[in-house]
Amino acid sequence: MSKTLYDKIWDDHLVHTQDDGTSLLYVDRHLVHEVTSPQAFEGLRNSNRKVRQPNLTLAVADHNVPTSDRSKGISDEESKLQVETLEKNCDEFGIKLFGMNDKRQGIVHIIGPEQGFTQPGSIIVCGDSHTATHGAFGSLAFGIGTSEVEHVLATQTLVQKKSKNFRIKVDGKLSIGVTSKDVILQIIGKIGTAGGTGYVIEYAGSLISSLSVEQRMTICNMTIEGGARAGLIEPDEKIFNYLNGRPMSPKKENWDKALNYWSKLKSDDDANFDKEVTLDGKDIMPMVTWGTSPQDVISIDGRIPNPENEADEDRKNSIERSLKYMGLKPGTAIKDVKIDKVFIGSCTNGRIEDLRDAAKIVKNKKVAQHVYAMVVPGSGLVKQQAEQEGLDKVFKDSGFDWREPGCSMCLAMNADKLKPEERCASTSNRNFEGRQGRGGRTHLVSPGMAAAAAISGSLDDVRKFQN
Amino acid sequence: MQKFKTTKSIPAYLPIVNIDTDMIIPKQFLKTIKRTGLGKNLFYEMRYNEKGKPIEDFILNTSPFNDSKILIAGKNFGCGSSREHAPWALLDFGITCVISSSYADIFYNNCFKNGILPIVLPEAKIKELSEYSKRKEEIIVNLEKQKITFGNNEIDFEIDQFKKKCLIEGLDDIALSLEKNPKITEFEKKLSSNRPWIFND
Repeated sequence: MSKTLYDKIWDDHLVHTQDDGTSLLYVDRHLVHEVTSPQAFEGLRNSNRKVRQPNLTLAVADHNVPTSDRSKGISDEESKLQVETLEKNCDEFGIKLFGMNDKRQGIVHIIGPEQGFTQPGSIIVCGDSHTATHGAFGSLAFGIGTSEVEHVLATQTLVQKKSKNFRIKVDGKLSIGVTSKDVILQIIGKIGTAGGTGYVIEYAGSLISSLSVEQRMTICNMTIEGGARAGLIEPDEKIFNYLNGRPMSPKKENWDKALNYWSKLKSDDDANFDKEVTLDGKDIMPMVTWGTSPQDVISIDGRIPNPENEADEDRKNSIERSLKYMGLKPGTAIKDVKIDKVFIGSCTNGRIEDLRDAAKIVKNKKVAQHVYAMVVPGSGLVKQQAEQEGLDKVFKDSGFDWREPGCSMCLAMNADKLKPEERCASTSNRNFEGRQGRGGRTHLVSPGMAAAAAISGSLDDVRKFQN
Repeated sequence: MQKFKTTKSIPAYLPIVNIDTDMIIPKQFLKTIKRTGLGKNLFYEMRYNEKGKPIEDFILNTSPFNDSKILIAGKNFGCGSSREHAPWALLDFGITCVISSSYADIFYNNCFKNGILPIVLPEAKIKELSEYSKRKEEIIVNLEKQKITFGNNEIDFEIDQFKKKCLIEGLDDIALSLEKNPKITEFEKKLSSNRPWIFND
């Protein structure tokens, strides 16, 4: 029978299936961070259990770490305790940890690929919904809760029921100034925030395969914003070249064996998908969110929608609630919306290509006077690379703050946050109420669009700044 | 895990769609290293003003809903982050049953690991049930019979039978999986020959 890529990965990881389809799946790679793991380790201790495969587990502190000078440690007592707890747990259970001062430290979904820990055809989990990111490598990667983290630590398996198959095909080419962030925002706008619930999404089509590895990660990263736990892309030469020689990539004869296995990872031509959606690259514009759900998107030429035009009562109420929270009026051109802050970073857009995109726009220009703009590289290695390329200087010269790596203002668990009613152009993934700080107003955009907003002082069209 | 068999309560109704886990428990409360104590911060930003004072007309701040064990909410409940702090906060507040027309996958799974029953009903039934919240009348949820009783009416609900068994018996997932230890070991043996790079590098 014909199979999708998801079906194939699923089958290759089946340890056991019950009559009702409930299955035990083997987990190849487990990423751990400080926020969703303390209770899992505590659970292990309470029931006298060990970590079954410490070598298949990699830990890093990212959510709570300060992005300012780290030489004095963490000043927030609770954050400090959480990071120290991770250190103690990793030490006790024999898990490799990139500590706060390790140059390889960074956002968990940036360091996995960077180290070659993320590999095609593997099942990768983490107590974090943006684990979907790793699907860019043709792996089945998804977020889990803390009880499941404990389950994976203890058994190296997970209890799952199979999801349905959903293919999203994007053909054509990206127009100038349009990025993979705009592609995924447009997809979420089209399918809705629950459109992928119960499915695993495979992204396919000529536009998807034309994307770089990092651009693919941005798409897979936000799969969860469309409701699907996992999104994946058939791995190809770009992926294999990216992984070749990374510290945790397969070596010598294992590399050849892996390559042989990886190159067979694709959906059969006649595989059945339960749901399909198609987009054309030429219809994709630079996008921006206006509301408090990632599905609330319009193109940068668009206007804020009017709830009165909505027939669906729930949708109408939800638009009204969003507009009230966002302090926006129906019919306003989104380009006229003034901003206070700019955040460039996160597991969605904190990689080197993202920083290059943004730097290109801000070079020899100044951040608008009323705007505070920050760049938070996704990892120590991204930061180092950017500094070698002189990007830090470009950003600093134009008035950006250049910070240490971490999750930062994507979820504002550390000191980086919005004040009530502050408006931010952000390259992160969620514009939920309070996400970047209580009362804070988030507009999700691509790195280039965030850079354009920083210069203009309002949400703006990045295409205006292209040479 | 705490068992779930049946519960009786006046339900609290939150008629908002896409309630995300950031709303259920904002990030400042994720710094805990415990599972307990989060109930007072459930729906924090909807429930308290900027000075930390309760917002009086928020439903969970008003009697009798401050004692509700059942929460009825709009579709796509629990979307967003995977934080299990969301079900922990619901449970610590006293809510052991959520009723909605749909849930985000990760949240839905997390409920079952904590003795919370998430029930899926069609929108029309949700509207009908929500009247009982407005009238402050009790409803009864019986998992064994897969029935919700309200006034003289009954609604049946569907649930995965394995998940139902785990809830009713309060089974420990990990202990169940560890019973399959020989199968896991056997899988690992095959894995080390079929995909040796998983272990070796």
